[in-house]
Amino acid sequence: MTEPLSLHVPEPEVRPGGEPDFSGVKIAPAGEVDRPPVDVDPAEIRDKAFSIIRVLNRGGEAVGPWAGLLSDEDLVEGLRHMMLLRALDARMVIAQRQGKTSFYIQHLGEEAVSTAFRKVLRQGDMNFATYRQAGLLIADDYPLEVMINQIYANSEDPLKGRQLPTLYSVREKGFFTLSGNLATQFPQAVGWAMASAIKGETNIAAGWIGDGSTAESDFHAGLVFASTFKAPVILNVVNNQWAISTFQGIARGGVGTFAARGLGYGIPSLRVDGNDYLAVYAVGQWAAERARRNLGPTLIEYVTYRAGAHSTSDDPSAYRPKEESAAWPLGDPVIRLKAHLIVRGVWSEDRHAQLEAEMRDTVIAAQKAAEANGTMHSDNRPSARDMFEGVYAEMPPHLRRQRQESGV
Amino acid sequence: MPRMTMIQAVRDAMDVAMGRDERVVVYGEDVGYFGGVFRATQGLQEKYGRHRCFDAPISESGIVGTAIGMAANGMRPCVEIQFADYMYPAYDQITQEAARIRYRSNADFTCPMVIRMPTGGGIFGGQTHSQSPEALFTHVAGQKVVVPCTPYDAKGLLIAAIEDPDPVIFLEPKRLYNGPFDGHYERPVTGWGKHPDGEVPEGYYTVPLGQAAVRREGREVTILAYGTMVHVALAAAEDTGIDAEVIDLRTLLPYDLEAITASVRKTGRCVILHEATLTSGFGAELAALVAEHCFYHLEAPIRRVAGWDTPYPHAQEWDYFPGPVRVGEALKQTMEA
Repeated sequence: MTEPLSLHVPEPEVRPGGEPDFSGVKIAPAGEVDRPPVDVDPAEIRDKAFSIIRVLNRGGEAVGPWAGLLSDEDLVEGLRHMMLLRALDARMVIAQRQGKTSFYIQHLGEEAVSTAFRKVLRQGDMNFATYRQAGLLIADDYPLEVMINQIYANSEDPLKGRQLPTLYSVREKGFFTLSGNLATQFPQAVGWAMASAIKGETNIAAGWIGDGSTAESDFHAGLVFASTFKAPVILNVVNNQWAISTFQGIARGGVGTFAARGLGYGIPSLRVDGNDYLAVYAVGQWAAERARRNLGPTLIEYVTYRAGAHSTSDDPSAYRPKEESAAWPLGDPVIRLKAHLIVRGVWSEDRHAQLEAEMRDTVIAAQKAAEANGTMHSDNRPSARDMFEGVYAEMPPHLRRQRQESGV
Repeated sequence: MPRMTMIQAVRDAMDVAMGRDERVVVYGEDVGYFGGVFRATQGLQEKYGRHRCFDAPISESGIVGTAIGMAANGMRPCVEIQFADYMYPAYDQITQEAARIRYRSNADFTCPMVIRMPTGGGIFGGQTHSQSPEALFTHVAGQKVVVPCTPYDAKGLLIAAIEDPDPVIFLEPKRLYNGPFDGHYERPVTGWGKHPDGEVPEGYYTVPLGQAAVRREGREVTILAYGTMVHVALAAAEDTGIDAEVIDLRTLLPYDLEAITASVRKTGRCVILHEATLTSGFGAELAALVAEHCFYHLEAPIRRVAGWDTPYPHAQEWDYFPGPVRVGEALKQTMEA
């Protein structure tokens, strides 16, 4: 007799009402993972895809071979970037509730990933981000007011009201136009990097994807092309444990880690503590150097936790315990960097409180300036004429007729 | 003037474009060393090097996705999908990305690229080597859709497409690669060497996108066609003796409304041809445009002759392909109406 088959459907350890349990998440102590030379044979560092590179220990000290890369000024600036992003998120979530914008995506708990990574890139490099890496813009001093103009779809929206809030496009800051279609930007990043290599330039690209979207076929396409053509690209997987309501086990399946996916493509793959600003920077810098030295792509899995709702249209309490983010073993990136700066003797509770207030005031000032240009439901929106522009370089006759017909 | 097949003309267009502009790169499956399964890229890798013309992994979304990234980084990729029937894995990248990048970024980024795809039937290609998916592209704002039917046009349109600042879907009727085909499958096919449209100038020239061509002037009925069906239309006019005006659209999006309406207003009758399946095919758009703009000039209902609403069969090739007999019947019925 053969037993009937049964389908395996992965489930998270805990659902709403349960006790958060991350006992299954294996976390290496800070400083434990070695730092190989950037020209290492990928086959020799396969273990890096299963461990976690960490710099900051429980005592707030920077330890191990990945430490020591950033100055006091760099780190204070990093803290400032993370806190500015957090302040922007907080205000924009409220603005959405007030009807000033239709939609917002926040980064709560993931601020270190994009802000620290931005520091490893140079002018001319290009990010192909997802909608949860606005820290790339914040850390490059992109004006908040312009971001909020886009979020409000007002008369000064650089995208003329054509795009959903937070789907920015900022070429001069190395930030490729965001798309609502998941994973599409992953092979695009590889192509951008291939072009850089074809032209013999020195710029590199960074592709970004979330844990859930690694299941899209474009994730695979990006890895294949990056591997085949040894493209100067950094392939970033932000594993925040959740894809809307779906826990990461659904996308990950039986593979140990997302970083391990890179191994099958012969791509060196590192796993890093995504809530450790110093570790994110160190690992990004390692990958950037590899790319710049024409040694090929690197895959990085950032282990973090999506502390907030997926978007302003989502209520996480319907599918995970409310206290789960507090139980997350890698903590909060802002609090951890703050503790480290205090240990370094360059920071204090007072200065932190001051900076927090300053960031809030900065966002409020930018918000006010943007509101002067209009909000979602005010009258000064982009014109209906803008709707017809830019479909093509030159407006074709059929579109001209439609614009006439529309009366604008 | 030299004579070329459509394949040679397509290859020559890429050669000319690559020679003029080092931003032009050509890649796709089997495109590099081997020169393409239809030989359309033969010799290009040898001439321009592996970094300008190369083989790609078998991944349509990877090919188009990387090309979008290259275009964003200042290149002019001209990539190949081996058969139009295999574009579906890239459909997301084509329609949601390439076509929308200029619009969604307010021209912060653009996507000047060409996607070449052999299209159409009449070659016993069965279900996945015969499709004509143009309507799946004409329904998408932001890209251009081109279908040549002669070597001269193939070269001139392809150079224009490569130079165009927006993404262009370039559909090459593979039935026309080596010679014109008018649907008379029972007769031997003559190659482009003996056809006047097989004369192709050397060097650089363009055929502008968005402009139709009158292939046969006529007074009694207008035939709107593109690709292989232009040659079928000419044969059907010949076979029936009906004085049809044959309009070769050449570019489906943006379409040449002036050429269409000028002809139909003159003849008062309109027959629309395509190989693609009938329902929601591009012919429906053409019929609607003619009805909207030429209603008071029409003396008969607009007729469409198209592929049946079935997948493209193998053994029933000539029952499926809208050949000159079916087109002739439609012409007669239109004239009698």
